[in-house]
Amino acid sequence: MIVKPKNLIGLILLHTFLISVALSCICPLFWMINSSFKTNEEFRNDYGLEPAEEFNLENYKKAIFDGDMGIYFLNSVFYTFITVFIIVIMSSLAAFAFSRLQFPGKDIILFIFLTAMMIPLPAGFVPVYILLNKLHLANRIGYVMAMSNMGLSLSIYLLKTFFDQIPRDLEDAASIDGCNKLGIWWNVGMPLVAPALAVVIIVNSLTVWNEFVLASLMFTNAKLMPVQVGLMEFYNKNVIDHTLLMASLAIAAIPIIIIYIIMQKHIIKGITSGAMVG
Amino acid sequence: MKNLLKFLSIVLIIPFVLSGCGSQETKDEKIIIWHWMNDRKETFDNLASLYKEQTGLIVEFKLFSPPDIYSQKVIAAARSGKLPDIFGIIGEKKTMSSFIKAKYILNLTPYMKENDKSWQNSFYPQALDVNRFKKDNTYNVEEGIYGVPIDITIMEFVYNKDIFTKAGLDPERPPETFAEFLSYAKKIKETLGINGFISGWGEGWLINALAVEWAINLMGEEKFIQTIEGKIPYTDKQWVEVFSMFLKMEQNGILANNITTMINKEAEDLFSRGQSAFSFNGSWAVNVYKQLAPDLNYNFFPLPKISNEHPVKIWGGAGSSFLINNSSKNKKNAVNFLKWMTAKDQQNLLAKETNNLPSIKNCQEGLTGVLADMIDDLDNLTHPNIWPVNENSRVLEAIISGLQQIVMGLKTPEEVAAEIQKVKERGSPK
Amino acid sequence: MNDYRPKDKAANFSFVFPALLIFSVFYIYPFFYSFVLSLHRSDGIFTYDFIGLAHFRDIFQDKAWWRSFYNGGFITFWALTFQNVLAFALALGVDKAIKTGKIYRVIFFILPVLSEIIIGLLMRTILLSEPGILNHWLNQIGFGFITRDWLAPNFALLTTALVHCWKGFGWAFIILLAGLQTIPEQLYEAAKIDGASYIQRFFKITLPLLMPVVSMVVVLTLLGTMQAFAMVLSLTRGTGRLTEVPVMIIYNHLRGNQVGLACAEGIILGAVLVIVSFGMFAFSKWIKDKT
Repeated sequence: MIVKPKNLIGLILLHTFLISVALSCICPLFWMINSSFKTNEEFRNDYGLEPAEEFNLENYKKAIFDGDMGIYFLNSVFYTFITVFIIVIMSSLAAFAFSRLQFPGKDIILFIFLTAMMIPLPAGFVPVYILLNKLHLANRIGYVMAMSNMGLSLSIYLLKTFFDQIPRDLEDAASIDGCNKLGIWWNVGMPLVAPALAVVIIVNSLTVWNEFVLASLMFTNAKLMPVQVGLMEFYNKNVIDHTLLMASLAIAAIPIIIIYIIMQKHIIKGITSGAMVG
Repeated sequence: MKNLLKFLSIVLIIPFVLSGCGSQETKDEKIIIWHWMNDRKETFDNLASLYKEQTGLIVEFKLFSPPDIYSQKVIAAARSGKLPDIFGIIGEKKTMSSFIKAKYILNLTPYMKENDKSWQNSFYPQALDVNRFKKDNTYNVEEGIYGVPIDITIMEFVYNKDIFTKAGLDPERPPETFAEFLSYAKKIKETLGINGFISGWGEGWLINALAVEWAINLMGEEKFIQTIEGKIPYTDKQWVEVFSMFLKMEQNGILANNITTMINKEAEDLFSRGQSAFSFNGSWAVNVYKQLAPDLNYNFFPLPKISNEHPVKIWGGAGSSFLINNSSKNKKNAVNFLKWMTAKDQQNLLAKETNNLPSIKNCQEGLTGVLADMIDDLDNLTHPNIWPVNENSRVLEAIISGLQQIVMGLKTPEEVAAEIQKVKERGSPK
Repeated sequence: MNDYRPKDKAANFSFVFPALLIFSVFYIYPFFYSFVLSLHRSDGIFTYDFIGLAHFRDIFQDKAWWRSFYNGGFITFWALTFQNVLAFALALGVDKAIKTGKIYRVIFFILPVLSEIIIGLLMRTILLSEPGILNHWLNQIGFGFITRDWLAPNFALLTTALVHCWKGFGWAFIILLAGLQTIPEQLYEAAKIDGASYIQRFFKITLPLLMPVVSMVVVLTLLGTMQAFAMVLSLTRGTGRLTEVPVMIIYNHLRGNQVGLACAEGIILGAVLVIVSFGMFAFSKWIKDKT
């Protein structure tokens, strides 16, 4: 804190500024949700600017069941869940090994992982897409595997710094108790790096959930599309049905907003530490 | 716990191993056909059971959808020598030529020529041309006909009859010339406030197809091809005139807002909801409009002429084609089935049930409504697949973005022509 | 624990193996593969003709490609200035308003959490002149004079930049705020006792201590914005070439089966970004050493 508010006017000015920016963030979202409850006739009259009179769920029904939004959504849940699970297991195993175990080539491999974090690959999706096609993996499995790679370096680095801080004594005690390395990783390591795991889970969940480019290249079958690609499809097919479109956007946005509000403390912390590392 | 690790690495490896295997057994008597045409599944299956009734032979259609999954499937099968008896290829002629050079596809010329070319002559030549490689072609493929077209798609203008009526125009008389088209569209815009023209010009190929149609109308196909060959520059007066058609459309205010960012699905949606009087679209739209708005009162019409010097040519050719596996054990049966499938009765059935234009001539009576009206236009088709040379993709890009910029009022036709020519002269990387 | 029997080495290595495998297949191999592909004219399926550096020569002469760099640069410029200055101002403000700070923090970060597609499509619907939501609302509150076709050719790029800033400022804000909160309170107190004014405290304490965070935000903004794609695609679809960004060109070439070209373009963009971001780091270090 660099100054303490000395007077009321300063305080009012400050809050006017903050509130107006905050309103600019939430008003469009409220408008979106509000419009989604309207019929197109109502929308034509008031542009979705008047509060909806009732929670008319017709548009939601239409979007979820007729427009495949339900499938898109479940696909995204599936991709996110599986991918993040794989990343957590792989990166924590690797981070544990980099921190604690000896094996040939350790330094070089770690160096490669860390360098990869520094080099931006703006068109990394091009060779990955070609590769997946060559391996006949333009499907769910291929997508999950390609996405698992995305957050790998960062996750390993993050977890390694945490594993490094675990005192040796704990492990020794565990190994005397008869734990093997895998047991130490799971029973001693994992609980102690839980805060870092939370960060890994949050950062990667957001990346996978919001990924668009690779998914849009790989999936043209509506049954496989995640929600980001599905939204584009849905939008193009229903351009003029504005209230229906808003319902589809709301379906994609509301669960995320709710999860975010419940877990905002962790998410904000996760993103901050994720970025600080990067 | 160690097992977990094992399990994990196995899980990660399995997909690589599995992906190599695909089970594909071809029994000798059965004809297996792979296709990607989701919307025609039922009709195909009906045809198969009909064929069994008539001949006792079993044909099995296998659907792999969507198209890119299908493409991958075919390419993978080709590499591992497991192609079915009959299949199709989606994509450019170049892809087909690679298949032929790899000896995956049977040359159908002998069968086409049997009985005084009776099979060959039943098709619209343009539909067949898509699957034909002429002598000394640029692809270095042995001369011949390699595929059987099962339908035709064409690109034409569409108009909304109800909007015509409302604006006091004759709904049975679509414009014939560009001037008429402009004045109709303007009248509709002024009296009803409805956009004159809409099209998915955010997708380049649509705007390009229209430019090609006008170019061939103005300068003739020969001069058009010479441009591609590099003998005539894009800065030629007539090319500039073609580009200026787009400027005229823009200047007369008949184009829908944001037309250059619109994609075809969006334009189809808007047109089917009566948001525009005219559009430029393919014959597949019959099916699309039917799904979007079954009551839409519309019709297709040929390109509004900009010149009387050369005949109007319509962008079109074979929609989908079937090819026969060169190493199939029942080539003869496969040929016979395709002959049967492209006979009149079956073509009529396909046209009726799938809203596609038939690939063989003299099939009019089986068609109804919009498709029946379109059949007259099938005699003057043109398509990149039947030109001796094709424009390089960088030049196409320049043409498309140039036209978009003209429509947005950012560049003059002259500037665009000069830019295209510059890209053309830069040449394709050799 | 730290024995070196061969069997153990292998067992130890197996901890890294899954990660290394995925990483090799989906990062290391594609990385080198894209260099190889960039030297070929390839559709990714059949054709695979070696053409040397022809793609690179082609790209360097390609106006459309450099135009997309300009577009990306334009958006980046707005993100670096407008977005980050706004974020910084908000961070300073929220840092001060302790009691209500949390609520602001939660609200500002909603937009970065949502996907680019949602934001792009939502803003497209609001900004399009048909139905014209924003224009209608502006008319209602008496700001009719600024209504316009926000996505019209001559305005689309600026609109895109502003929407990008709007979506992104919350992210910069959160990080800058976290940075601000690491500055110990006592420093300010001490400076205050010494009679330093607000301005002096800002330049003598806040800014120098925040410099590492600021330079990080700058570099990440730059990298993120130059690679922006999904939001631009869903908002404007490129508007002809007017809002086309580099990744959009790469994406379209890939879709058009010009795989080699797409790879070459990706390499050029990647190289430019590496050079610029290292330049930025060097620059910020140089500033730090000077002060």
